[in-house]
Amino acid sequence: MAIVLNDTQDMLRDSALTFLRENAPISALRAMRDSGDPVGFSRELWQRFADLGLAGVLVPEAYGGSGLGVVEAGVIMEAIGRTLAPSPFLSTAVIGASLLTHYGSDAQRDALLPAIASGRHLTALALDEAGKHRPFRLATRATPHAGGYRIDGTKQLVVDGHVADTLIVAARTGDARAGQATNAANAVNAAGADDTQGITLLLVPRATPGVRIERVVLADATQATRIVFEGVQVPADAVLGAVDGGGALLERALDIGRAVLSSELLGIADEAFARTLAYLKERRQFGKIIGEFQALQHRAAHLFTELELTRAIVLRCQQRLDESAPDGPEPLVSAAKARAGETATLAVQEGVQMHGGIGMTDEFEIGFFMKRARTAQEWLGDANFHADRWARLRGY
Amino acid sequence: MEDLETFRQQTHAWLQDNCPPEMRQPVQDDEDICWGGRKFRFRSEAQRQWLERMAERGWTVPEWPREYGGGGLSREQAKILREEMQRLGCRVPLQSFGISMLGPALLKYGSEAQKREHLPKIARGEIRWCQGYSEPNAGSDLAALQTRAEDRGGHFVVNGQKIWTSYANRADWIFCLVRTDFSAQKHTGISFLLFDMETPGVTTRPIVLISGKSPFCETFFDDVVVPRDQLVGELNGGWEIAKYLLTHERDMISAIGSRGFRQPLGRHAAKAIGTDAAGRLDEPMLRAQLARFEIDEAAFGFAGERVRDLAKQGEGIAAFSSVLKYYGAELNKRRYELLMSIGGSDALEWESERSHQGATARAWLRTKANSIEGGTSEVQLNIVAKRILGLPGA
Repeated sequence: MAIVLNDTQDMLRDSALTFLRENAPISALRAMRDSGDPVGFSRELWQRFADLGLAGVLVPEAYGGSGLGVVEAGVIMEAIGRTLAPSPFLSTAVIGASLLTHYGSDAQRDALLPAIASGRHLTALALDEAGKHRPFRLATRATPHAGGYRIDGTKQLVVDGHVADTLIVAARTGDARAGQATNAANAVNAAGADDTQGITLLLVPRATPGVRIERVVLADATQATRIVFEGVQVPADAVLGAVDGGGALLERALDIGRAVLSSELLGIADEAFARTLAYLKERRQFGKIIGEFQALQHRAAHLFTELELTRAIVLRCQQRLDESAPDGPEPLVSAAKARAGETATLAVQEGVQMHGGIGMTDEFEIGFFMKRARTAQEWLGDANFHADRWARLRGY
Repeated sequence: MEDLETFRQQTHAWLQDNCPPEMRQPVQDDEDICWGGRKFRFRSEAQRQWLERMAERGWTVPEWPREYGGGGLSREQAKILREEMQRLGCRVPLQSFGISMLGPALLKYGSEAQKREHLPKIARGEIRWCQGYSEPNAGSDLAALQTRAEDRGGHFVVNGQKIWTSYANRADWIFCLVRTDFSAQKHTGISFLLFDMETPGVTTRPIVLISGKSPFCETFFDDVVVPRDQLVGELNGGWEIAKYLLTHERDMISAIGSRGFRQPLGRHAAKAIGTDAAGRLDEPMLRAQLARFEIDEAAFGFAGERVRDLAKQGEGIAAFSSVLKYYGAELNKRRYELLMSIGGSDALEWESERSHQGATARAWLRTKANSIEGGTSEVQLNIVAKRILGLPGA
């Protein structure tokens, strides 16, 4: 398959970008931040996303979605990255929709997928329990109780947790490898294949008693949550997929999420670079356009090179996910997420630096890109996590 | 125009019948390559036969016109030929700068007489060419070259020196950039000459590199007489031809970056060094470097593939070869730094049988030239900045 968007995908990207530039300019993000808005994104915008078929991009047509693939989700996310539009797209339209579509029971799919596609239902994945992403190092337990499960534990960086209708919670129902401590401070124990055992995913309505949510504003003005589950009781049919079988589901859904998030990072990097390049061509100092200085030319050319490499591997990894049936961890996803994180980091760093003093002001917009890149880098595993995962999956 | 599927079948059949089994083994070293030329000694009857048979069909230069010794194949047919050769493991029968660089330039700029004189001999591997471009004082700034060619009417008299002439001591003819107008601005006084390396006044001296012996030479011209009809294109119009040729050279070199080591580097390291109880390479810092390298290597491969895909759709990015050359060269240097690190003190051996006469160490040193030859990394970045990004400046 050519590593090029086809005409439909191209058009989707262009229309998503046009729509977002018009309806979610950076000034809107700034206004939301400054007003202390408790939701953190525009519900009207999300409804219009749904009307355009974007909220249901990964939901099968039978459930009212657009029935498209990871590449399409990626081009939408790229537009989100370019405009920094806050939205529940990744949590709901990508991760939630993927988990339910691939692994939901008929009842779960009927109940939730059409509502997701129509913009009426939001989901949030409650996974990480410490500062660094460790998807299979879980202390949160789901203990069989009263015909269902009792959930106890804490989660952090639950993006959109404060507005989600359904929390998708990863908890331990079985033991991992015998003798292995579930103590999160056990730093020697890296997440190996065996750690995927004994994990169950559960669908928990946010309003369930015992769910205590602390809304947290992040550096990039988006909002995540810390959630404490204290004796949260859910019925048996809250289980998504098989009991103790959540590890494999999670692996695949996370890979889709990471692949799409890579597009957001690429969009952030592209926009930061475009603005910086424009500045190099107009700013005058020392009697010259600063873009004439060779040092800046070389750094811009180097950054362009990194962007092109990242662009190619992100698209290829998304195509790979669309080509194959869900079947285990995909190393290309880790390669793409690692590169996307590092390329975005470079692009925003050069973005601020090359703008000089003005780049450091809040009034100027380039700083928003730097802050968002940091969050997107960290979410679902940073470059270090994914370089390690690549090596592990490649046998060393 | 015959059906492509039929062509594929016929090609496959012909290759099966005519490619000697010995020519289906992978090339082991430089000595295995068939360069052709008057001084070339075939390694075996099979090598000679293979060249002869392919040359007879014009398949040493499949896409060149038939009247110049080429195969007259279309792009699709040439692709099919390459694929079928790959499928059967057939070696390329002839490699030369005549094929990759001079030939395309003559096809575009040469006179009819020049094409008929030189192209068939390139196609048959009878004449081997070398490239006279760089000089001690004209490397990155090639247009500053000073080798002088005085116009005496029916001939030129050439005096000067070239450096980095690959295989000059084995070549039969040279294509050479000379200055024919010293009063003009530097780019506009350059001409493109062809002449025989046996002409009186031509001498060569091999250059030893930090990696040991190399194909590079210094080449000296002492009152060398060159007939006028060996001027290609216009007098003082040689710079355009030189630039055209340089893009082909750049494409050739950027292929280096994607030429992978036989086994993925990480697994090679795991075998060579060993792993811990969790199956991880027993050198954690090196492991991190290897992962980063492999990821970049994969991305580089996809970037090249993507731009070829774009070009097929008519959306290629101009000057992208500079992006690939820049990154590919730096990637290759990283590859060999990692290989040396993996090998440790074993890789430091320089002369032993065990180390194949210091193969890894020599290769590591040789790669340092990748970011210098064919246009330095710095020059490539200049090109990307100006031609792709549109940044200002000459």
